Amino acid sequence: MSVEPAVPDLAEQMASIAALAEPLRRALYLHVVAQHRPVSRAEAAAAQGVPRTVAAFHLDKLVEAGLLQVSHARTTGRSGPGAGRPAVLYSRAERHHELSIPARAYGLAARLLADAVDEAGADRALHAVAEREGERQGREEAGAGAGIDAVAAALERRGYEPVREGGRVWSRNCPFHELSRDNPPIVCGMNLALLTGVVRGLGASGLQVRMEPAPGRCCVSISNMD
Amino acid sequence: MAPHSLPPADPRHHVAQVNIARALAPIDAPALRGFVEGLAPINALADRSPGFVWRLQTEAGDATAIRPYEDERVMVNLSVWRSLPELWDFVYATEHLDVMRRRREWFERMETYLALWWVPAGTLPTVEEAKDRLERLQRGGPGPQAFTFRNPWAPPVAAV
Repeated sequence: MSVEPAVPDLAEQMASIAALAEPLRRALYLHVVAQHRPVSRAEAAAAQGVPRTVAAFHLDKLVEAGLLQVSHARTTGRSGPGAGRPAVLYSRAERHHELSIPARAYGLAARLLADAVDEAGADRALHAVAEREGERQGREEAGAGAGIDAVAAALERRGYEPVREGGRVWSRNCPFHELSRDNPPIVCGMNLALLTGVVRGLGASGLQVRMEPAPGRCCVSISNMD
Repeated sequence: MAPHSLPPADPRHHVAQVNIARALAPIDAPALRGFVEGLAPINALADRSPGFVWRLQTEAGDATAIRPYEDERVMVNLSVWRSLPELWDFVYATEHLDVMRRRREWFERMETYLALWWVPAGTLPTVEEAKDRLERLQRGGPGPQAFTFRNPWAPPVAAV
């Protein structure tokens, strides 16, 4: 995880986020992100009801701002000479963008705290703290439903980008991603404890919260016990 | 997925990995049962994981009988992989992550407990070499002869 001591200057922080100020551009960005697969100019344009060239203009601005990235593929299934140029496709860029006013360095603090927990062998204390906090949060959010739907909604609110697959929920986004690359046992263990607590606080019974890591997704999955 | 900062595979070199840990109880004690029960499936998983080349084992099928130090409680793991990203993916992006999550139930944390280094492809490290690499890491911090995931080194330009 990049924990450079220097805080980026305001212009630098603004550059990417300012690109989202324009409503149509923001809508195009959100549409691309929501598909969770590369999206063509034509598709994005149709979704927003604008001409292809207008969509292309905005999408390319988003690429310039580091918010989207470009790939190429044939969408027609044809290949070889005469098949036409490959389509330009857009997907969410991997870079993390943050605006921090006044300056905050929570990433550095988190890494130091995680390292200290690791060196002190204080995993159990971290799990207890995380579970307690998760339960407190879950209790505050507990509403009418207390099944897998409520859990998915809770994950959505927290930015996990949950995906329902029958009686199971997994998540596309790890809110602690960069930190977790530095120390997966500590950070993923914390995440598991936190979500275990949230599920309990919501009053959701009959659900199993467990580690189920796979490349490119959050390490925790939640499912109906069979 | 493995961090982008890890150097990719180099056909002339493999990465060797050693980790040591001090068990909180003898290997046959009830306190260590959870760990022992997980050994066979996790080792089988390693054996079939992409990039796996070799791991240290006795006839029993794992390395838990090996005592590299005078301290009876210190156990060792030694393995060879084709690349750092593939090793990282096994350690942190499979069922093995849960063993790592739970390690404090079974093991003390030692100051220098993991070392990585490059070996010529087709060669295997010895326990003595592994101890030496851990000591280098302890003495001098990460460097080309012994490094960590957080401070990795690319394989040497000329064959080692």
